[in-house]
Amino acid sequence: MNQTRNLLDDALDLNNNNNGGQVVVIEDCIETSGALGCNLAMQRESERFHFLDMLSMHCPDEEEEKLCEGGLVSLYEKIQKAVEVSSSTEGNKNSVTIMIDDISLVEVAANVSSNHVSDFLHYCLTLTSDFGCTLVILSHEDVYSSMEKPMLILQMEYLADVLIKTEPLAIGLASDIHGQVSLLIYFLTVVNRGRYEKRSLKTKTSNFQFKIRDNNVECFYPGSQT
Amino acid sequence: MAESVCRALRDGSMEGEHAAALTVKDSMKCPYGHNVFNHVLTQLSSNILSSKSQSKGLVLVALSQSPSFYYDLLRSRGIVDFVTNKWIHILDGYNDPLGWKKWLSEHDKIGSISSEIFASTTIFRNIKDLDQLLSLIIEVGKGLVGQGKGRFSVAIDSVSEMLRHVSLSSLAGLLSKLRGHDQISSTFWLLHSDLHDIKATAVLEYMSTMVITLEQTSESFDQQQTILENLSLHEQNSCKGKIQVRMKRRNGRVRVTCEEFDIDQSGMKFSSASPESATINQSLLPKVQFNLQLTEKERMDKENVVLPFEHQGNGKTIQIYDGRRALTEGKKGTEPTPTQQLPAVEDSGKGDIIYFRDSDDEMPDSDEDPDDDLDI
Repeated sequence: MNQTRNLLDDALDLNNNNNGGQVVVIEDCIETSGALGCNLAMQRESERFHFLDMLSMHCPDEEEEKLCEGGLVSLYEKIQKAVEVSSSTEGNKNSVTIMIDDISLVEVAANVSSNHVSDFLHYCLTLTSDFGCTLVILSHEDVYSSMEKPMLILQMEYLADVLIKTEPLAIGLASDIHGQVSLLIYFLTVVNRGRYEKRSLKTKTSNFQFKIRDNNVECFYPGSQT
Repeated sequence: MAESVCRALRDGSMEGEHAAALTVKDSMKCPYGHNVFNHVLTQLSSNILSSKSQSKGLVLVALSQSPSFYYDLLRSRGIVDFVTNKWIHILDGYNDPLGWKKWLSEHDKIGSISSEIFASTTIFRNIKDLDQLLSLIIEVGKGLVGQGKGRFSVAIDSVSEMLRHVSLSSLAGLLSKLRGHDQISSTFWLLHSDLHDIKATAVLEYMSTMVITLEQTSESFDQQQTILENLSLHEQNSCKGKIQVRMKRRNGRVRVTCEEFDIDQSGMKFSSASPESATINQSLLPKVQFNLQLTEKERMDKENVVLPFEHQGNGKTIQIYDGRRALTEGKKGTEPTPTQQLPAVEDSGKGDIIYFRDSDDEMPDSDEDPDDDLDI
């Protein structure tokens, strides 16, 4: 497990405390069994984890309905409050992460259009500049497999500083390897989205293969698994 | 060329002419449109500050980056004087474009976020109301340059963000009004072409006098394929691609050039396209059923034609400096003369036309503007 974390963390450079304000987009598909999601319910009791269940969200009142995005405004309100509370703790600034699991179902849960979901994502994006937090978005590509790549996915890819894609192996099914992960990291001009800071300008591409275990995902370089 | 685009924005437009307009167009295959936009922004800002440009101020409509990003960007490029010398104003459509935060704050649901506020920033909370946006742009622009004949430039980041909220016809109307305003010298905007249908991209290109299109170089495409298929870890310290620049001139001609770019810490650098990718620098003649090109024989015959003003009509030998090649002169029987020989002037009481033929190096109908690279 330690090895797995080090491999992915090295690629993402997550241990670097100056990485606040990044946007990470994760695209997976059904063949990879949602490998990059994990069991977050276990973390509910932790004070460091604020869990917002969209399925049990209250219906928007008349005033909120007038805002057209209804439930999404309410969701944004809850997220901002949670981020404010977490960031107010000494030492926690730039260390808060907002995770959305998953964006493809937000349309269904909130009963809105994909354009409204884009608006919601934009407002979450502003939190990365206001509070220096990191935004991680999970999306399932095959929800849209019957149509061309939807605008929502493309818009997220434009926003992303890090793009992680999971795919099945090209050779088919294997017992020891459940899929491959490719990371594309743009270290261009923005570290914290609200501020422009010079950084080592580079793009980084990493390819791993992974195996799903009970409570985590093990990543390794192709050919290194015996 | 990218620098010729920056010069065109710097020079603006003539009296009675629509403002110069630039579209920076990218796609996910080469998603560096923001970098090109930022490069053009800093170049124009630098020209405004040094009083080299027609426009004396810049109104920036920020939709996909926060105002603080742009102020930091300008500072990093050494452009720091925007507090005492008011030449730039940013309309903040990034932080609250739909008024959500204001609504939540008014209903005591969230506190207002205290963020660094710059004097020359105005937040606007209704991106769907383009009439209000237009009024705001004109108002702050006039505030920068005064009520006289001073002119300002307008930049929009990005029109793709606007098209999520407004119709194409509304956006086209806004851009058209901006271009037609007396005090607006130049405009430029960013467009992500794969987020829209072909019609939207075509409309915006049609409205532009200049279009910069970002593309992957064939080298970077092959490299990316190799990376995705074979390599476990790949890191490169710069971002590369190529741009195709299409410029419409005042005489109606269209010039298309291709360049390669390299993005590193210091900014963007442009270089001439490699020979493999220079195919775009070809004739723009349309493919029609009749021939518009000259064959070699036709070209030589054309060179052999003696123009009416090249002879005196009195049977005397033509003596004229001729820049034509030795091969053609051999056929005419005229000795090549490296020095000028004026035709003999007869005292006939009539005027003579003394014609010095220009060099034949320049192709006919060339639209090369020899003054194009002047930086006055």
